[in-house]
Amino acid sequence: MSAANLSSEQSHAQHHDAPPRGITRWLYATNHKDIGVMYLVFGVLMFFVGGLLAELIRSELLTPTMRVLTPEAYNQVITIHGLVMVFAAVMPITTGFANYLIPLMIGAPDMALPRLNNWGFWLLPAAAVLLVLPWGLKLIGIGTGTIDTGWTMYAPLSIQAGPGADFAFVAVLLLGLSSTMASINILVTVAQQRAPGMSWLRLPVFVWSWVITALLLIAVFPALMAGCIMQITDRHFGTHFFSASGGGDPVLWEHIFWFFGHPEVYILLLPTAGLLPHILATFARKPLYGYKAQVYSFCAIGVMSIVVWAHHMFTSGMPTDVNIYFMLSTMAISVPVAVLFFCWFGTIWRGSMTFETPMLFALGYIVLFGIGGLTGLVLSDAAADQQYHNTYFLVAHFHYALFGGPIMGIFAALYYYLPKMTGRMYSEILGRWHFWLTLAAFNLVFMPQFLLGIAGMPRRIPDYALQFAPLNMVSSIGAFALGATQLLFLYNILRTAFGTSGAVASARVWEGSSGLEFTLPSPPPFHTFATPPAID
Amino acid sequence: MNAVTEPHRPYYIPNPSPYPVVLSGALFLLGLGAALRVNALTAGWWVLGAGALLAVYVLFAWFGRVIGESRAGVYGLQEDRAFRWGMLWFITSEVVFFASLFGVLFYERNIAVPWLASFNAPHSALAPFSPWPHFTAQWPNGGPAGQGFEVVNPWGIPALNTLLLLSSGVTVTWAHAGLRAGRRTQLKAGLALTIALGVTFLGFQLHEFSEAYRVLGLTLHSGVYGATFFILTGFHGLHVTIGAIMLAAMLARTWRGDFTPENHFAFEAVTWYWHFVDVVWLMLFVFVYWL
Repeated sequence: MSAANLSSEQSHAQHHDAPPRGITRWLYATNHKDIGVMYLVFGVLMFFVGGLLAELIRSELLTPTMRVLTPEAYNQVITIHGLVMVFAAVMPITTGFANYLIPLMIGAPDMALPRLNNWGFWLLPAAAVLLVLPWGLKLIGIGTGTIDTGWTMYAPLSIQAGPGADFAFVAVLLLGLSSTMASINILVTVAQQRAPGMSWLRLPVFVWSWVITALLLIAVFPALMAGCIMQITDRHFGTHFFSASGGGDPVLWEHIFWFFGHPEVYILLLPTAGLLPHILATFARKPLYGYKAQVYSFCAIGVMSIVVWAHHMFTSGMPTDVNIYFMLSTMAISVPVAVLFFCWFGTIWRGSMTFETPMLFALGYIVLFGIGGLTGLVLSDAAADQQYHNTYFLVAHFHYALFGGPIMGIFAALYYYLPKMTGRMYSEILGRWHFWLTLAAFNLVFMPQFLLGIAGMPRRIPDYALQFAPLNMVSSIGAFALGATQLLFLYNILRTAFGTSGAVASARVWEGSSGLEFTLPSPPPFHTFATPPAID
Repeated sequence: MNAVTEPHRPYYIPNPSPYPVVLSGALFLLGLGAALRVNALTAGWWVLGAGALLAVYVLFAWFGRVIGESRAGVYGLQEDRAFRWGMLWFITSEVVFFASLFGVLFYERNIAVPWLASFNAPHSALAPFSPWPHFTAQWPNGGPAGQGFEVVNPWGIPALNTLLLLSSGVTVTWAHAGLRAGRRTQLKAGLALTIALGVTFLGFQLHEFSEAYRVLGLTLHSGVYGATFFILTGFHGLHVTIGAIMLAAMLARTWRGDFTPENHFAFEAVTWYWHFVDVVWLMLFVFVYWL
C-alpha cells in the first residue's frame, strides 16, 4: 500500500549489532531479548502492585472488625489482587522467560514474528491500566471503583456490578489477545526456527513446557473472551445468557470461566515446571533424569487439564454424576504431575549438590508446590469439598500451589538467569536471606489459613468471628514479613542489573550448567545465532 | 523464494517498528471508549472514534510495510513458512472462539432450559413452589419471563445465503487457480465475484436482522434464543465483513501487479480465512436456523 518507504526498506535490511538508543529501543522493539526483558520488568513491577494489594487485605484481616477498608473497597482489592497477580505478574514473567530464552535455547536468531511479539507485550500495560483506571475515575466522581466480584467474575453478581466490571471485561479481552499473539509466536518459533539438528525430542524441557502452555492458551483463552463479550451484552444489551428469567443460566458462566480457568492454572505452572529441571540438573551436576517422561507428562497434563474444569464448581449445584466424573478426572491428573516430581527427585538423587540461591528456591518449589498439590487432592473429593470449598482451606491450597509453584520457580529462574542476562553475579548472601525469609514468612502466612479453613472461616469476607482472631493475626504478621522480604529481592536484582559491585559472570555462569544459552557470552550480544549453531 | 538458492541467507528480523505499540494504544482507546460508552458517558464516543481512526491508520501502515518488504524480496522460504504457521494458529484460535459460542448454544438449549422446566415436572416435589408454573422446555425459548417472538424461516433468506457463501468458496478457489496458472483476468474476475457474493450475503443478513426486529419480534432481548441467535450470526457477519475487506485489499493488490504464481501467501491466507468463515456458516445454518 505504501511504496513510499521502500527506499528506506532496502537500507534497513542490513542489521546493526548495537541496540538502538533511547526510549524507542523499548517502544519499537523487535529484538526478542529486549521484549523478554520488558515482559520481566513489567511482571516484577506488577508483582509488587499485586503484593501491595495483598498487604492491604492482610491489614484489614489483622484483627476483627473493619479498620482499614470499607467492605466495598475490600471486595475490589481482593479482585484486583487476583487479576493482577495471575494476568499481569506471573503470566508476563513466564512469557518474558519464553521470549528471552527460547531463541537462545533452540539456536534461533530471534522469535519468528518479532513485530507481533512487541504487539503482544504492549497490550499488557494497556490492559493493566484499564483494570485499575476505575479507581481513578471514582476520584473524579465517575462510577463506584473497580470490579468487586472476585477474580472469577461470577454471574449474576458480575451482571449487577458497577462500571468497573466493564473495564475488567475489556481488559481481559486485551489480555486474551496478548496471550494469543505470544502463543502463536512461540509455537511458530519452535516449529520453524530450530537450529539444524535440534529435533523435537532434543528440545530443552523448558521449550517443551512452553509449547504445551502455548497450545493451552490458544485452546482456552478464546472461550473466556467469548464469555466476556456475553457478560458485556448481558450487562448492557439485554441478552439473557446468564440469567434464568430469559432461560439462561449463571452456572454457564462458571463453566466458561473454569474451562479457561483450570488450564490457566497449568498455564501459570508449566513454564516454571519446565525451568526447574534445568536448575536442579545444574546444581546436582548430573544430566536431567527422565527427559521423555517429563515431556510426555507435560503433554498429558495439557490434555487432561482441559477436561477437569468443573471441580471448581462442586458447590454450584451440578448433578451428582457430573461431580463424580470431575472428581475422578481431577484425581487422575495428579498422576502425570507425580511423574514430574519423581523425575525431579531422580535428577538430584545422589548428585553432588550445592545450594546456591536458585537451587534453594527450586527445592523450596518442590516442597511448597508439593503441599499445594496434596491439599488439592483433598479438595478434589467432591464430598469433602462441600466442607472446604468456601473456606480459607482453599485460599491456603491455592497459594501453596501458585506461590509455592510458579512464584518460587520465578525466583529460582530469575537468580539462575540474571547473571546470564546482566553479565554480573547477584549477591549470594542476600539471595539466601531472601530464600529463607520467604520460606519462613510464606508458611507463616498460609499454614494458619489451612487451620482457619478447617475451623470453618469463610473466604472472601472482610470481617470474622472472634475465635479466628489469633491465627489471623499470625497470618497477617507473616504477610508483612513476606512483603518486606521481597524488598531484599528487589534491591538484589537492581544492584545486579545496574551496579558494578557484583562479580563478573562467565559465559557458563554455573559449574554444572549446560545448554546453548550458556555457550554465549554473559550478557549475550544484541543479536545471537544469526547463523545457526552446530548441534552435536 | 531466494532461500532455495541461498541456504545461508539469514532470517529477516525487522528493524524497530512503531506500529505494534501504536496498535496497542489504539486498542486501549477502543476498549476505554467502549467501557465508557456502555455506561452512558458521552466521552466514550470520542474515545472510540479516536481509537478506531488510529487502528485503521496503523493497520494500513503496518500491512503496507509488510507488503513493501515482500515486494522488496526480503522474505525467503523460512519467513514464508512462519507466516503460514502464524495464520494457521490464528485461525485455530478463531475456531475455538466460535466453538465456544456453539457450546453456549448447546448448553442453553439442552441443559439450561430443560433444567429450568424440570421444576414443573408433574411428579417434582418442587412443582408447587415453582416460580414459573407455565414454563415448558422447548426450543426456541425466550425464558420464563420472555415475550413471544417468531423465528426466521431457514428455507428463505438463510438457505439463499448458504448458496451465496458456498458459491463464493468456489469462486475464490477459481481465482486461486487463475493466479497459479498466471491467468490474471480470471484472478481478478474470481476475486470480484467473491466480493460481490460476500457483500450480497451481508446485505441479505442485514435485511434479515431488520425483519427480525420489526416483524418477528426477535431481538437481543428475546431470552436465550435471541441472545444465541444474534451473537452467533452477528459475529459470523462481522467475520464476513472482515473477510470481504481483506478480499478487496487482495483485489487492489492484484490490480497493482502484486502476486506471482509461486509467491502469493497473503492471497492464500485470505482464502483460508474465507473458507473458515464458510464452514462456520454451514454450522450456523444447521444448528441455529434449521434444527
